[in-house]
Amino acid sequence: MKILATYNIKGGVGKTATAVNLGYLAARDGYRVLLWDLDPQGAASFLFRIKPRVKGGGKALIRGHRSIDDAIKGTDFAGLDLLPADFTYRNLDLVLDAARQPAKRLAGLLAPLCGEYDIIMLDCPPSISLLSESVLHAADLLLVPLIPTTLSVRTLEQLTEFVAGFNGHRPDILAFFSMLDRRKRLHTQILQDLPTQRPDIATSAISALSLIEQMSVHRAPVTAFAPRTAAARQYRELWREAREHAGLPDPHA
Amino acid sequence: MTPGSRLYVLDSTAGAGSHVLRSLAETSDDQLGWANGGTARTIRRTWLDTFDWRLYRAGLTLQQVLRNGQAELVLTARDGELVATELLPASPRPRWPALVTQLPAGALRDALASAAGIRALLPVARAISNVGELQALNEDAKTIARLAVDRMAVTFPARASVPARLTLVPVRGYAGQAGKVGRAIGSLPGVSAGGGSALEAALAAAGVRPGDSAGKSTAVQLAPDRPAAQAMSDILESLLDSMEANVPGTIRDIDTEFLHDLRVAVRWTRSALKLCGDALPRGMASEFKPEFRWLGDLTTPTRDLDVFLLGYQDMAASLVGGSETDLVPFHDFLAAARADEHRRLVAGLRSARFNHLRSNWRAALGDVRPIGRLTVAALADAKIAAAHRSALRTGRAITPSSPAESLHDLRKRCKELRYLVEMFGSLHDRAQLSQAVRELKALQDCLGEFQDAEVQRAEIRGMADQMLAGGRGPAPTLLAMGEIVAGLAVRQSRARAQFTGRFADFSGPASRNRLAALARTARPARTSRA
Repeated sequence: MKILATYNIKGGVGKTATAVNLGYLAARDGYRVLLWDLDPQGAASFLFRIKPRVKGGGKALIRGHRSIDDAIKGTDFAGLDLLPADFTYRNLDLVLDAARQPAKRLAGLLAPLCGEYDIIMLDCPPSISLLSESVLHAADLLLVPLIPTTLSVRTLEQLTEFVAGFNGHRPDILAFFSMLDRRKRLHTQILQDLPTQRPDIATSAISALSLIEQMSVHRAPVTAFAPRTAAARQYRELWREAREHAGLPDPHA
Repeated sequence: MTPGSRLYVLDSTAGAGSHVLRSLAETSDDQLGWANGGTARTIRRTWLDTFDWRLYRAGLTLQQVLRNGQAELVLTARDGELVATELLPASPRPRWPALVTQLPAGALRDALASAAGIRALLPVARAISNVGELQALNEDAKTIARLAVDRMAVTFPARASVPARLTLVPVRGYAGQAGKVGRAIGSLPGVSAGGGSALEAALAAAGVRPGDSAGKSTAVQLAPDRPAAQAMSDILESLLDSMEANVPGTIRDIDTEFLHDLRVAVRWTRSALKLCGDALPRGMASEFKPEFRWLGDLTTPTRDLDVFLLGYQDMAASLVGGSETDLVPFHDFLAAARADEHRRLVAGLRSARFNHLRSNWRAALGDVRPIGRLTVAALADAKIAAAHRSALRTGRAITPSSPAESLHDLRKRCKELRYLVEMFGSLHDRAQLSQAVRELKALQDCLGEFQDAEVQRAEIRGMADQMLAGGRGPAPTLLAMGEIVAGLAVRQSRARAQFTGRFADFSGPASRNRLAALARTARPARTSRA
């Protein structure tokens, strides 16, 4: 089982759109996928038409009073399940703080699911917190959407340094350009320069396309409702790269 | 079936089910809607099992599903839970019948191995289904359950149509909402909740009952006061059924158990004629005994070679001095000899002599009328007691210096006793019977080990002579065969050493009393033969 997490300190950079589309593409490739919507805003849950509610809230899950298994919902897509968001997730930091080894709690919770799922995709809220630290410790691969701006690049550097300081397990990082607008000179400049300076930048990039925003109207991944569009092609290319980076075998080989 | 799913069957008046689906659409409201799940698919299913339903008895269902040109083997438990699947390559795709060892290696083959054993998997039913899907949606237009509508037509073993089957599969986490949908479906006119598996439905439509003891020699249900002659006729007719059931599979060489079961039925018949022939009309047993002896002898060479080939891997693995490759020419010799013998066997089973035997024997059995007032219970009592005495007498005469032949005689007596006990099994207390059979079997196993080793040693020597004479026995092969003979001699002497203890158990008071009590358990008042 591989744990992939879409993570960025900043909000509105395309984490949820990435988690939803990559989760769908992985399931379509035959992988058994669980997407955990850790963001109390519940955007991923909304996109799959699933109510953002977990009985007992996040506290019951983290403390083990309620089985994760019972909270999982099937999406409308074969092979793709969702652990919904819950508004109480906003307090997960406090719950984790009260737990033993809070940074490793998430990994412990997910371990029993390894027989049931090939991939767990964590859609993280934008923050640096105990929860995000727990996510970073649990993940095998961090997918970091990066708007091509100087501040975003600086944030990536901070994240890389933070992860490098971990003892033991450290997730791989695969950053990719998100909400790319080739009409902007800064975007094209960073798109050109950064990959030559950093090996952890994906060659695929996701453009700022209105079709991606329309996911909230269709309430489905763009790769499902508009599979022949540029947006879908870009996510497919990103999924291929993420899969290879995570060491997951090519199902079409 | 997926856990939590529910099955509904349309009654015969519901036709193809279109009006039920229309009724379903009318159940839509602001909390429940229906969406079409896409184009209906055509699925071709072939259900596979062994001739004697070993998978069915083990609670397993194996089907080859063909959809969109892709073939897949799907193994499920009786409750429908998936056990294993295996995608089949387009080429070479298994041709049925096939042994489990011919399937692609993997979890499915492993799961089948112990249940099917050495029996071949063969089609027991085939059907073509047109499967459509509806999605039940909640107020958020979220799919909460999928309803598969399966319109199935059986094409084998007989053409038959099956009432449409609806399977409601809740989406994970929506069991509660799906339950309401299920209740709505169950309340529709022409719909019944529950029903057997698709295989059971297909077989029922084709008029076949799964799990029948096809081709096995088993105890016939007998009333204790049934006249002995007619009871023997019942038993022998059932054995003839068993023989005939196994003939096609033996001729087609589907697997080695067809011949084995055919031989068991012949042996039971021969023993019945020998031991209980006096209960039949005068002259009947003596007329047919030579013919069944001929039939038994006809089947022996092929079976002996089957035994060698079935045990070949173990034999090869047991070599210490020689290597498995040394033994390959021996395997080739066995396989060629077996092919020759099987051709002879097939010729015999297709001969006029065998056909006459079948028809004459059935006609003769059909003519049997009650003779005197002897009941089957009295007959069983007397015959089991006599066979028991005979086995004890033969065994007690065996000393450490007795020749192999004396143990062989005892083995034959024990077999006769076992056949009688099992043949009249329905008259006995089940617990007493199985305990008696277990004790008898312990002695038989020891005698069988001894005698089989004796026979196989002689056969291997004879085959070595033939291979040498035919220039097909290189020295390493003959040496390896010698090692096998030596191994058989060790096994034989081990069995010989065990014999005294096993016979002591068999002839001890507990076992003796149990066998003596067997026939008394269901016996009405004894009547004498007129």
